[in-house]
Amino acid sequence: MNMSKIVREAANLLFPFILVFGFYIVLHGHLTPGGGFQGGAVIATGFVLLFVAYSYPQITERIGVGALHNTETLGLLLFIVTALIALGFGVTFFTNWMLDIGPILNNPVAFGPNPGDLNTAGVIPVMNLAVGIEVLGALSVIVLYMMSGTKETI
Amino acid sequence: MMQEIILQNLPALLLAVPMLGAFVTPLIGRAGGGARNLWTVAVMLATLAIAIVLTAQVLTSGTVVYTFGAGAADLTVPVDSGGIPIRIIFTVDAMGAFMALSASIVGLGVMLYSLSSASRSTGQNGYYALLLLLVVGILGMVCTGDMFNFFVFLEINSLAGAALVAYRVDKGVAVEGGLKYAVLSTLGGLLVLFAIALLYGQYDALNIAVLASRIQFTPLDQIALVMLLVALAMKAGAVPMHFWTPDAYSMAPSAITALLVVASQASLYGVFRVVFTLYGLTLDYVTIGWIIIILGVLSMFVGVTMALPQKDVKRLMAYHAVSQTGYMLLGVGVGLAVLGNQQLLDTYGTIAMEGGIFHIINHAMYKGLLFLTAGAIFYRTGTRNLNQLGGLGHSMKWTMVFFIIGALAIAGIPPFNGFASKLMIYESVFLFNPLLAIIAMVVSILTLASFVKVFHAIFMGPRLPEYADVGEAPAPMLIGMALLSLLVILFGVFPQEVVDILIAPAADALINQGGYIASVLGGV
Amino acid sequence: MFFNLPFIVAALLVILGIITMLIKRNLIKMIMGLSLVEAGVNLLLVSLGYRAGGIAPIFTNAPAGVMVMPTVQAMTLTNIVIGIATTALLLSFVMVIYRMYGTANANKVRKLRG
Repeated sequence: MNMSKIVREAANLLFPFILVFGFYIVLHGHLTPGGGFQGGAVIATGFVLLFVAYSYPQITERIGVGALHNTETLGLLLFIVTALIALGFGVTFFTNWMLDIGPILNNPVAFGPNPGDLNTAGVIPVMNLAVGIEVLGALSVIVLYMMSGTKETI
Repeated sequence: MMQEIILQNLPALLLAVPMLGAFVTPLIGRAGGGARNLWTVAVMLATLAIAIVLTAQVLTSGTVVYTFGAGAADLTVPVDSGGIPIRIIFTVDAMGAFMALSASIVGLGVMLYSLSSASRSTGQNGYYALLLLLVVGILGMVCTGDMFNFFVFLEINSLAGAALVAYRVDKGVAVEGGLKYAVLSTLGGLLVLFAIALLYGQYDALNIAVLASRIQFTPLDQIALVMLLVALAMKAGAVPMHFWTPDAYSMAPSAITALLVVASQASLYGVFRVVFTLYGLTLDYVTIGWIIIILGVLSMFVGVTMALPQKDVKRLMAYHAVSQTGYMLLGVGVGLAVLGNQQLLDTYGTIAMEGGIFHIINHAMYKGLLFLTAGAIFYRTGTRNLNQLGGLGHSMKWTMVFFIIGALAIAGIPPFNGFASKLMIYESVFLFNPLLAIIAMVVSILTLASFVKVFHAIFMGPRLPEYADVGEAPAPMLIGMALLSLLVILFGVFPQEVVDILIAPAADALINQGGYIASVLGGV
Repeated sequence: MFFNLPFIVAALLVILGIITMLIKRNLIKMIMGLSLVEAGVNLLLVSLGYRAGGIAPIFTNAPAGVMVMPTVQAMTLTNIVIGIATTALLLSFVMVIYRMYGTANANKVRKLRG
């Protein structure tokens, strides 16, 4: 069932901000409190806000379940492939193979209080991103499926 | 180059391959069912190949350690850490490799069988992904050398298992079984985590080897031991915490039940790992040994007596699974009860443990086989009720042959594998305490009686009109069953070879706590 | 006593959760009990890592002094993630059961017996 127009408009308005805030938490996972799971959960709340504001058919028209499944799979694959690439460098599974290589990542952490650079921790931001994508897909899919199971789907 | 990388990273690949397979399965499922089936079987074959190579490596060159995220696999203790392994370490000794091998063999059989047994249901992409994740959970539990990691894989195991039990909704009844399984395994998992927290709070370590080298058996350790034993014995389905087994085993799709048996045995492995490697000689091994023996005897006896009056063939087999778990607990419990006495250990303790461990792989094979035959009968007739079945021997000849092999093996009749391991248990337990051996034999006879009844009810008698058009089970199912029955016969005909190659090193690995610690921490 | 307070509360939470699971007949409430147990375990883990006057465990340019343990915090986070997955699975099971049986009372959800 559709919520009132006020709720729908407010959800529309808030959604991009929730997205930005969630991705901020994901991407700064190695610098500030937070990380992939926390950020992904924040993004998923944005999706849940939309699910609550709109009726089930309207939601599935705009956001396909298949797309969310794909997001989930993409996150999982990114995570495990990042871990597997380490084997190619002659080190073990999950080793931080991106640390201090190349022109961009060769950026040792500065001493003293500093705002922190995004390109510091090697594979950790990549894995945070992977987990974030996975969690946003998975949690949204769970809520969407639970909605489809209730009677208020019309 | 490629070969070298694979050989150096076997423990990681053992998990990474099925995990990657599980994640990719939904994508390949888009391309069609055939491609997905091919993919899942290929992944399972690769996992089995890795498990075989890993086992060979462990048996030839000793315990394999694998440090995640380190420069090299054997860098267990970083130079600047002050002698503490801070990374997650996989410690695959002979026991772990043995469990991984038996799990991947059953996994392959189940995968082949699923190709036809799951072919009529919806949501197969999720089914195969969860099946592979369940394999990941089992393999992780038996390979890991880190308590917290063990908990995580236990939870993967429980979640994937519960979702698969409820997979065929069946008017909600299967979901009821799945709910029971999920609630109990989650509670068990939390108890395990509580115990891990107690250990970590005292010894500042999660690695099993480090914990084992520092453990004191303080009152907190005793609480932790009780929590670990209760939770893991519950997951293994030992009486008196067995009440979820018949529900979950009977409602799951048959292929999944065969794998759930292995999942329970991974928890049983957890029990053994905790008492032998984690606590070792510090615990009061006579008392704990007797507790495990009593758990085993209760499981044997209650399981088989509950099985006798069952009408549902899978429920009956589930109670037999509880009963057979008792044999493993009995054998290994006897080994634990004499752990401190080298002379008794040499006389019969080691043999009892070898019997118990041998029974693990035998049980996985023949119980898996029996559940698969029950599934084939259900697939063709649509019922599991013994009172309605009958006369199937005319139309399902191969299924009948496989059922006979499984039934004789579970009852301990030569030349099948159940006889080999049960004989080892009888002989050694008789020296320990004759009464226990007699109970074990009586339970075996009751098992045989129960299976004669089942055989008669399902296969004997005239051809029933309602099953007139029932045909033989489809080929992939038969291949899955044939794979397991081949191993049942092979292990039964050459038991000594199997014991020498696989089982004896596994039992030694459990007893040799110092070796386990040394493989991680170095030195002795 | 004061320093032991978190541990006592954690044990109480676990016990309360188990009691809830045992005496409540509504499946949803039983799952709530399970979540209580999980909260108790999480609290135990986090309080294990606490050191009086400790600072956040960031090693770069850290001042001298004690730090709180980061390992248990990572473990807690992992358990929270696992807990979310479990709770979602259990609640979906209860939803299916409610739809099929028309009740979420554990006394009436008993088709499996014997």
